[in-house]
Amino acid sequence: MLFINLFCLALIGFIVWWFWLYSPEAPVSQEGIEIVVKDGVYTPSRVKIPSGQATSLTFLRQDKSACSAILQLPALEISEELALDKPTVINIPAMTPGEYAFHCQMQMYKGVIVVE
Amino acid sequence: MDTNRVQLNIIGAGCASCVGKIEKALKSVPGVDSVEMNFAERIVDVSGSATPQQLIAAVEAAGYNATQLQAEAGNDAMDEKEQADLDYYRSLLRHTFIALSVGIPLMIYGLFIGEMTVTTTTEQLAWGLVGLVTLSIMLLSGKHFYVGAWKSFVHHNANMDTLIALGTGTAWLYSMLVVAFPTLLPEMARHVYFEATAMIIGLINLGLALEVKARGKTSEAIKRLIGLQAKTARVIRDGKELDIDIAQVLQGDKVRVRPGEKIPVDGVVIEGATMVDESMLTGEPMPVEKAIDSEVVTGTLNKSGSIVFSATRVGKDTALARIIAMVKRAQNSKLPIGRLADVIASYFVPAIMIIAIVSAMVWFNFGPEPSMVFAIVSATTVLIIACPCALGLATPMSVMVGVGKAAESGVLIRNGEALQTASKISVMVLDKTGTITQGSPQVTDVVVTQAASIGESEVLALAAGIERHSEHPLAEAIVESATRREIELEDVEAFTAISGRGVQAQLNGQSLLFGNQALMQDYEVDIQAYQAKAQQLAAEAKTPMYLARDNELIAIIAVADPIKPDSAEAIARLKHNGIKVVMLTGDNQATAKAVAAKVGIETFFAEVMPQDKASKVAELQKDGEVVGMTGDGINDAPALALANVGFAIGTGTDVAIESADITLMRGSLHGLADAIAVSKATLRNIKQNLFGAFVYNAAGIPIAAGILYPMFGLLLNPVIAGAAMAFSSLTVVSNANRLRLFKAKAH
Repeated sequence: MLFINLFCLALIGFIVWWFWLYSPEAPVSQEGIEIVVKDGVYTPSRVKIPSGQATSLTFLRQDKSACSAILQLPALEISEELALDKPTVINIPAMTPGEYAFHCQMQMYKGVIVVE
Repeated sequence: MDTNRVQLNIIGAGCASCVGKIEKALKSVPGVDSVEMNFAERIVDVSGSATPQQLIAAVEAAGYNATQLQAEAGNDAMDEKEQADLDYYRSLLRHTFIALSVGIPLMIYGLFIGEMTVTTTTEQLAWGLVGLVTLSIMLLSGKHFYVGAWKSFVHHNANMDTLIALGTGTAWLYSMLVVAFPTLLPEMARHVYFEATAMIIGLINLGLALEVKARGKTSEAIKRLIGLQAKTARVIRDGKELDIDIAQVLQGDKVRVRPGEKIPVDGVVIEGATMVDESMLTGEPMPVEKAIDSEVVTGTLNKSGSIVFSATRVGKDTALARIIAMVKRAQNSKLPIGRLADVIASYFVPAIMIIAIVSAMVWFNFGPEPSMVFAIVSATTVLIIACPCALGLATPMSVMVGVGKAAESGVLIRNGEALQTASKISVMVLDKTGTITQGSPQVTDVVVTQAASIGESEVLALAAGIERHSEHPLAEAIVESATRREIELEDVEAFTAISGRGVQAQLNGQSLLFGNQALMQDYEVDIQAYQAKAQQLAAEAKTPMYLARDNELIAIIAVADPIKPDSAEAIARLKHNGIKVVMLTGDNQATAKAVAAKVGIETFFAEVMPQDKASKVAELQKDGEVVGMTGDGINDAPALALANVGFAIGTGTDVAIESADITLMRGSLHGLADAIAVSKATLRNIKQNLFGAFVYNAAGIPIAAGILYPMFGLLLNPVIAGAAMAFSSLTVVSNANRLRLFKAKAH
């Protein structure tokens, strides 16, 4: 009984750490990053771009679910429909350093743009 | 050989130096005339006779990938999307059928035929077999949930798939534990839940399928707009008429349109005359006359004559394509009201996982026997019922339908925020000229004095002869009036404009004066006998102008900007909805008063300079009002920008489409009342959705966790939770679809 309770508490701790506290290291940094939208995730889901410089991200949606069709980047008021199996280029204006979330309409697919 | 224009999407061009490489590769293809690459958008424009396949092969040979870009607003792109949706819908239905064909017999067995428990070796074997069949269902029909859940997990994300995978996985693993080691568990806990796993997978696939179907309907307005576009155009190149795809029409091409055909691209008429039905874009029912130099807009319908026009905007630059792009953007935009739901959704799934574990712990430690079973059932049910989909879809679905609905009645809403704010407007400020009135002055009265000894036509010939040299806005009205009546204009000499007064000219040695009262006073022209008449004209919102010959008054010509026929009715609609209406105008007090009285406006401000319009808006805002400002989008720009919602009266082709919060494509102010009505209906719909979604989760989760058990002995079956989850988002999408039936009513 004690073992099961401890296991449950450890599981709760793990969920809090894994989903809320842990922040993946080594974001991807490159020009013209292509993000694949497939199986409920953006790959890569964390991208690094330089500050003060306009750039673009290419999204390739290979996921048929309706949820994945809309990409939103609230900080920039970007909301674009991603074509299925075709690249959709999202132009990102020059931004100040910080982390900017992007996600699908229902916030099931999540990603972060790290501006450095 | 024909010249084509092909646009390619380039994939894998990571640096600016790739541009040269790609352009070089494309230029080497036989038949390519020009190549232009937009690096920011990774799009390359190629003109020439080479086929898209040749071009793609060249790009691939250079080490990149390319796909042909479809016209943004093209029918083909929409058809492709519909086909993809249909394929997805069918695959979901297939998964539903497979899962339910196992789940339903199992559930019937459990409910009516036998026990789903494991006590003997035979039962162990039989249920073990069922477990393997269920596993194959999970892998076949539920694979996308498990793959999605795993991929999300490794990306530190948790989504709907996570909940489904955990819920069904827990039920299956527990059941297999019972099958494999029944003796480890007390007898009453040896129950298997294979039917729950199969049923949940089946029902959730069914819910997703129905949602895909219902979502398709939410974009019907866009489909209708896209449907306006012609697929081909008849262009005249080298003296020959060719029917070509609209994607291949180039700027400057001469395009012929015959009666009954749609205008394929934007342009300016260079030959012929016709009547064009623009109602599909502007909502204005009357066809519009088009002659040489008139602009024609994509998607409108040529009613009578045959015309040739020069293409000015093609592809995604046409007014229709820009409108479609704007409506699409607005449909996807966020509403402030949805932000709370967004915050909740972003923490939702991990929070539900924690609630499920806590619920299981409570049952395990304090629940009745078999506490382990109760713990597993409650955790599974919490995971399954807590779908955040309804919450996430509550606002976007309604915005999608609301913005589309508005577009159908010629109201273009720029973004979700404008849509939301429009529902709260308490004061509507209307510019007079071009908004309440038609914005094109016309001659209304010609009063010839007794001293004139000439008729009305001669008076107009004189006045128009003078005014054709003037750049004053009212001058155009007089010249136009004389031309319309086919009056030959007098050829005056020595024209001099007198600022703020009028003009002076000579005709056959006679001195002519044409202008306002101040001009007459300056030259000591006696206007006493006709002053009452002039005042009466001014009181009727007309501008009286005096014409004198050799310092003797010979006529008064009144010019007025006619009030739009339905302005009064539309203003009454606004007032009926509790909105205060205020009019601003640069005109004099008398004209402003007369116009305001005619349309039923009590509060007006006359002689307001364009720059002062914004300060009037600011004053109203300071008084706590939510201000809507309506103007023609050019001289009213500062006031439009400052107002909480700026409404531009556009004509469908105007730049106002891209500058105002909301653009009324037709001139009628009914569009204004329609926009506010749609906005209110959309907000009401969103609130219904949010209420439904919050209630669903707020009530569903505690019930699933077993809150009703101590009082009523009720614990939710995971299958019921699966059905509830499957239909929660469908309910939201269906409610949003109800908005499609909304009709703004005139009271």
